[in-house]
Amino acid sequence: MTAAPVGTAEAAPTGAFDPAAPYRLAESVSLRPESFGALVYDFHTRRLSFLKTKPLVRVVEALAHHDDVHGALTAAEVPDDQRDQYLRALAGLAQAGTIQPR
Amino acid sequence: MKLVEHFTHGLTSPICLTWELTYACNLSCVHCLSSSGRRDPNELSTDEAKAVIDELQRMQVFYVNIGGGEPTVRSDFWELLDYAIAHDVGVKFSTNGVKLDKARAEQLAKTDYVDVQISLDGATAEVNDHVRGPGSYDTAIRAMENLYEAGFGQFKISVVVTRQNVDQLDDFKAIADRYGAQLRITRLRPSGRGADTWDELHPTQPQQKQLYDWLVARGEDVLTGDSFFHLSAYGQELPGLNLCGAGRVVCLIDPVGDVYACPFAIHDQFLAGNVRSEGGFRTVWQDSELFAELRGPQSGGACTKCSHYDACQGGCMAAKFFTGLPLDGPDPECVLGNGETELAKLEMDTIVPKPSLDHSHRTTPQRKDGPVPLTLSVRRPDKACDSDPLAGEGRRLPAGVRVN
Repeated sequence: MTAAPVGTAEAAPTGAFDPAAPYRLAESVSLRPESFGALVYDFHTRRLSFLKTKPLVRVVEALAHHDDVHGALTAAEVPDDQRDQYLRALAGLAQAGTIQPR
Repeated sequence: MKLVEHFTHGLTSPICLTWELTYACNLSCVHCLSSSGRRDPNELSTDEAKAVIDELQRMQVFYVNIGGGEPTVRSDFWELLDYAIAHDVGVKFSTNGVKLDKARAEQLAKTDYVDVQISLDGATAEVNDHVRGPGSYDTAIRAMENLYEAGFGQFKISVVVTRQNVDQLDDFKAIADRYGAQLRITRLRPSGRGADTWDELHPTQPQQKQLYDWLVARGEDVLTGDSFFHLSAYGQELPGLNLCGAGRVVCLIDPVGDVYACPFAIHDQFLAGNVRSEGGFRTVWQDSELFAELRGPQSGGACTKCSHYDACQGGCMAAKFFTGLPLDGPDPECVLGNGETELAKLEMDTIVPKPSLDHSHRTTPQRKDGPVPLTLSVRRPDKACDSDPLAGEGRRLPAGVRVN
């Protein structure tokens, strides 16, 4: 069966990305470390995508352990002048369903 | 470094792994890339296949493309399918549809993480059966009907583009639409029995342009397995990585566990190792000399001087190899015609490499003028009675050995 029903918790793309809220990697998504960053695979949509830098991988992995996105950026030691860039990337990942609110 | 450059240096695990479960097949398609037909007695057992799945799970190979032969004729096929899915290895399997009756279609519709790809090489029975054999069109269509009626969702219809079916691309699309399927079209390679039928089946030069134009105009929802990147030289890049993934992001595990650089390169020259050897598949993928070589700098030969080289990257390694062209030469279907020029230059006595294995049904009518099926040694003795231990080594003598 191609598209399995998506659970209510995964209805991520509703509502805008909110950096003040807690996020995590979507349940159906796995990361595979690679030299450039990571391969992202969504078992539900069967979509393959990429995290193109290692710091971004660290941020995505840190999301689950922090009360908001800002906390994850701090934990991953993202420099202040790059925060906006990371927030934009994370907003894109939220829209794609790679990360979801928790 | 751009992402695609990382890919040329290889990934920790393959992205696109093809695993042919058996050489057994109920059909005898004239272009079969693996010369399938008869089961190999040395085929991986159920337990060995499960061990491979365990390894793929550890390596985070998220999905495999299972083929054959006809994979569903293995009696443990459905067991292995369930085992893979239960171990986070999604499965897309290719089939001619022979086992997809109503009950199986319903079973598949209830299974997550499985995708089905039905092979069809003609939008009419006449064109299809010419390549795939009598009755194969009806079998494929019946399987599609069963999947559609069972509510499977979007399966794939996989077409190898040939001289005979290139005019039917819109018709294939219509068939796909009728069954809620997605069309996938791929390039014919001169691999396996395809080597014997290449001259008759491969699209002509004007047809290649026609195919390119169709892909640009209508190809948005059509999958291509990234197999037409040599056509990018016509102008705009086609979607996909536009690079040869052999040994870098792609490989093949064959039914006896041999690991080849790509599904179209079943030949000793592209054999990297075997999953039964110590260290298993992971060691073959990460440490084999062949794959290290393929991930290193490649020589594009004369092609690098061509203004289209960035687009086509010299084309398909397997297509060159099995038509007798040098690997750093042009693709036989080079859009500028350089391949055809090079093919015409080949001497009559050029030895064109043959696939290393042939599992064709023995009842398949053999071409009377076909080659004698012998496996020739790659290196022949310099002389019939040569016994010098350095014979054949040519100039590659150990350092310090002086030849007077």
